[in-house]
Amino acid sequence: MTATSPARPAASKPSLSAEEIASRKIAQVIRRHGAQPDALIEVLHQVQEIHGYLPKQALDQVARQLRMPLSRVYGVASFYHLFTLEPPTPHRCAVCLGTACFVKGGADVAARLEQRLGVKLDDPAGNGIWAVQHVSCLGACGQAPVLVVDGVLVTKLPIDQPEALDAVLESTGMPAAGAVPA
Amino acid sequence: MSSSGSTTPARQLRCCGASGCRSAGSEELQAALEAARDAAGHTAQELAIKPVGCLRLCGRGPLVACDGPGGTTLYGAVPPTEAGALIEAARNDDHGSGDNGNDILQASRLDAQLPFFALQSSVVLEGCGQVDPESIDDAIAFGTYSQLRRCLHELTPEEVREQVKLSGLRGRGGGGYPTGLKWDTVALQPPGPRYVVCNADEGDPGAFMDRSVLESDPHRLLEGLAIAAYAVGADRGYVYVRAEYPLAVERLRKALQQARRAGLLGNGIDGTSFALTIEVRVGAGAYVCGEETALLQSIQGQRGMPRPRPPYPAQSGLWGAPTLINNVETIAAVPVILREGGDWYAAMGTAGSKGTKVFALSGAVTNTGLVEVPMGTTLRSVVEVIGGGVPDGTPIKAVQTGGPSGGCIPAELLDTPVDYESLMELGSMMGSGGMVVMGETTSMPEVARHFMRFSVNESCGKCVPCRAGTVQLAQLLDRFVERRASPADMAKLDALCRMVKATSLCGLGQSAPNPVLSTLRYFRHEYEAACRQPALCEQP
Repeated sequence: MTATSPARPAASKPSLSAEEIASRKIAQVIRRHGAQPDALIEVLHQVQEIHGYLPKQALDQVARQLRMPLSRVYGVASFYHLFTLEPPTPHRCAVCLGTACFVKGGADVAARLEQRLGVKLDDPAGNGIWAVQHVSCLGACGQAPVLVVDGVLVTKLPIDQPEALDAVLESTGMPAAGAVPA
Repeated sequence: MSSSGSTTPARQLRCCGASGCRSAGSEELQAALEAARDAAGHTAQELAIKPVGCLRLCGRGPLVACDGPGGTTLYGAVPPTEAGALIEAARNDDHGSGDNGNDILQASRLDAQLPFFALQSSVVLEGCGQVDPESIDDAIAFGTYSQLRRCLHELTPEEVREQVKLSGLRGRGGGGYPTGLKWDTVALQPPGPRYVVCNADEGDPGAFMDRSVLESDPHRLLEGLAIAAYAVGADRGYVYVRAEYPLAVERLRKALQQARRAGLLGNGIDGTSFALTIEVRVGAGAYVCGEETALLQSIQGQRGMPRPRPPYPAQSGLWGAPTLINNVETIAAVPVILREGGDWYAAMGTAGSKGTKVFALSGAVTNTGLVEVPMGTTLRSVVEVIGGGVPDGTPIKAVQTGGPSGGCIPAELLDTPVDYESLMELGSMMGSGGMVVMGETTSMPEVARHFMRFSVNESCGKCVPCRAGTVQLAQLLDRFVERRASPADMAKLDALCRMVKATSLCGLGQSAPNPVLSTLRYFRHEYEAACRQPALCEQP
């Protein structure tokens, strides 16, 4: 915590900490929505864009400024799958397990990733650097099976050819099996 | 902004820029085509390159349609290196028989006579692949908003509703409730505020029809929604889109802004006293929000939990006011119905299911993509003739319709016509329109477990049968997939399915057992074979 930070340059200059900047941005978002309680989900989307996840102090701020109990903010934040309450790992991978991808071997892709990265599917902590989660359809059914590595969609994975599949995964910047400390 | 349609050049290239083709590299291809055209010294007037929406055959993307005096030629997966050759072919309107010596281009040419294209009838999708989704001028030149204007100036709300009733249109989100009746219910509530909501929370895995409409022709949707608002007397509307569709959200927001600026939304629309404000609400990854009462909660910034009905949203919806909720495809059908007349629409389809239905065809099938056919078309002609069957020529084992709420229809029943009642009789359902083809190698207990795990993940937790029942069902199915089930498990599976179906609160829970029940019905032998001692599991 940075409650006491004597080492920091004197506060005489108007330089703001990252936390303060984020908090001002959030206040701005809330104002833009007229502080209406029905805008909660929209606000949380934008808070997550600012922080990469929903930190406790941001939820506090949202509750205060939308004038609603923290329990309601937390209830909504924890209900929806796209909101995360923990900071994300630096690298993330989403494997599609929609029906079309499932028929074309999406589950095998997931198993391969678990093995390669030493992670468990849908464990947000992953191996500390990489985490793999499932998604239930990216709508790229025509290109199945697909996965998303750090925001980049990788299509038509050659699930029947392990070496070709490894080469594709390699090209996404994913470390080889055993390369990541457990 | 692109040139308006009224001055469409004789020769143009229409490049699909919807998600499917984007993921296959359509942006690179379009940039390469533009560079090649400029390099060849052609102007945009001589040869236009127009970004459009879905051209249907997603599996062969990125797709490019070349319009010329000789007709339209479609290309799939042209490598950007061949952009120059494609520009020349389009410029000369010569898509000939390989004489121009480019084998790669020839290999990418798609036959317009393919049943995939020839058997489709574009009604809801008539603008998809034709209009530039980011240009309201192009949409207006194509005729969009003309029906809204006509309604406002020439028809009373009653007359609009009359046409919709006449058309026999039923809810395309899967429920199949008569649309005209729903509109009447909302319109005839006591005076006061009313809302219209477009349900674009297309969550079924394997369904991408609504996304295609949003990405390809957003102005048609806005026109339909505005007509619906006029017909029921609403002055506020929402489009609830799932967050997993960023391109759809972006295009919809852009379309809204353009429509507002053009005076087609807002106060005093087109010089009349009609006013309508529409907002986009983005979901946050909860499948259950596709259920209408949960969706309304989510629009109001709450946890997306369903509530018992009645009261139906038509009587008490957003903030307690009468609210009309319709699916994207339902609303997108409205402008055509008004243009051609309700009886024109009703002439298509079967006795109980009128008009056309859009399906998203995927899985073990040669031609994956978007298919619009008249209701009553047989499943076989959709998956075998239009879809082209399983790629390696092996037989189709089953067709899954209706997503996690639907079922698997076995190959021997493929001659069933696609309509609400027929699919229901088979233990599946129309659903929103996802159609996933399964080949011989797909194991049915695994399919059932796949859907059950989905339902476990997506259960909102409000009612016990769904929250606990789906977990128990998934664990039972594990035993079958891992081949350690006993005869007692078989009986338990059956009983538990019926309990969850009968006692869950909302449609998600009530239909969660459908994938298990339908596979038990048609592929029981696979469950029996998956028992530890198969002989004991077989029915006497």
